[in-house]
Amino acid sequence: MRWVNRRIGRGNGILLGAVPILLLALVYLVAAAGRHAANPSDKILPLPGAMAEAMASLLFQPDQLSGNLIFWADTLASLQRLGIGLGLSTLSALLVGLLLGVLPPVRATFGPLVTGIAVIPPIALLPILFIAFGLGETSKVMLIFIGIAPFMIRDVAAHITALPREQIVKAQTLGASSWQVMLRVALPQAMPRLIQAVRLSLGPAWVFLISAEAIASDIGLGYRIFLVRRYLSMDIILPYVAWIALLAIAIDLMLSWSSRRLFPWAHGADH
Amino acid sequence: MSALLSLHNIWVEYGDKVVLERVSLEIEAGSFVSIVGPSGAGKSSLLRVILGQEIPTRGSIRLDGTPLPPECGPDRGVVFQRYSVFPHLSVLGNTLFGLECAQAPFTARLFGARRRAARQEAEEMLTAVGLGDSLHLYPAQMSGGMQQRLAIAQALIKRPRILLLDEPFGALDPGIKADMHALITRLWTDYALTIIMVTHDIREAFTLGTRVLTLDKRRHDPHAPHRFGATAVYDLPLTRKARPPVSAAPDESITLDDFGNN
Repeated sequence: MRWVNRRIGRGNGILLGAVPILLLALVYLVAAAGRHAANPSDKILPLPGAMAEAMASLLFQPDQLSGNLIFWADTLASLQRLGIGLGLSTLSALLVGLLLGVLPPVRATFGPLVTGIAVIPPIALLPILFIAFGLGETSKVMLIFIGIAPFMIRDVAAHITALPREQIVKAQTLGASSWQVMLRVALPQAMPRLIQAVRLSLGPAWVFLISAEAIASDIGLGYRIFLVRRYLSMDIILPYVAWIALLAIAIDLMLSWSSRRLFPWAHGADH
Repeated sequence: MSALLSLHNIWVEYGDKVVLERVSLEIEAGSFVSIVGPSGAGKSSLLRVILGQEIPTRGSIRLDGTPLPPECGPDRGVVFQRYSVFPHLSVLGNTLFGLECAQAPFTARLFGARRRAARQEAEEMLTAVGLGDSLHLYPAQMSGGMQQRLAIAQALIKRPRILLLDEPFGALDPGIKADMHALITRLWTDYALTIIMVTHDIREAFTLGTRVLTLDKRRHDPHAPHRFGATAVYDLPLTRKARPPVSAAPDESITLDDFGNN
């Protein structure tokens, strides 16, 4: 049988997907064990035991200075920044994208501006944000917002513009005004695409979050990674990176699940 | 003027390409006009002009003697070949949409007693097109024939003065097409509709219509074929004694129920 025709069942899929991950872990363990055999105090490739030990103090022991459980405080701070940034971006993508997509005069007026902002590398704006909003939370949230909102706005607007012309005409023959077309035809059909845009923007949003935290912060997952880098603390960096990956996967799964749940009509025939 | 719709000297041009030239028509209330013609002869352009989706370069259109505004409105209903129904609304939601837009300008949704009244009206209309049992399906779950039935119900609930059909049955297979012909003929009689239908199928045009218009170019310049537009070259009134009686179960239908279960 040709490979293009091979169908993988659910169980086999999980099994096959796990193989490379397990292999990678195995390669790491072998390499780490090798380095530790040569030098028992090696810091570059820590063994799982060392990682667990280093993480345990961050997870369960309050920090002497602030009294926080550092790991959880970092997670909370980062998720809060990410959440506010994503939330603002999503909201503005919906509002602006809807207006740009449905109303040609608005598109003609503001389309070039949104495109212009979208092509600026957001990190280049970071100094401006620091100057304008200070080094606090606002500038970090703003970096995420400026980084992903223009892309999301353009994506949603393009999706609405691409709705079949027949639908808009049909709505008008049924007596719909511009407002009603926006509310009842464009908005509901933009929603699944909006969730898709959030999922695609999650990666960049994390990049901007970690960057902002690395440059100026006193708490957060990115801040911690860049802080312990000074001591070559791979035993903390690696678990933190794994944790960020887990969080990203969890958010992505949640979004895709809610899209299927809330908008079954947009996900194929099996409602 | 007795004509419901009158087109006077309509021209449609895109740049220097002339699509329609000197189209003048009078369409009587209650007629079923089929428009046929080769591809690119401006059949759909003419329909879009009547619909208000496209503004003619020259000429005027009057509905009941008043000039039509240059945009679509609820006095002209339409069924396209595809994309006529909203994929995010159920059958019932699609049909309610027209009533909701008229009665709730701001929210475009109805609640309570008004919703119940609208729902009843929508259900009656859906029963009339044979979708009485599929109220909660989404368009993606339905066959092409069912989607077109829904599109017709959706348009008719607004009681349009004119129903425009743009190759409505072009994508359907022959058995379902026959069911749909019976359906549209029955609705045309029951609701005293005025219908203008664009079609590729000449047999369909003559079976359904009370008048067949053929659009084509009268003149042809081999060096600049785009400089002459199409116009109505044949205008054939089909004199029938009366509107044909509609058999409940047409012979071509392969199904036992009234509407076919396509």
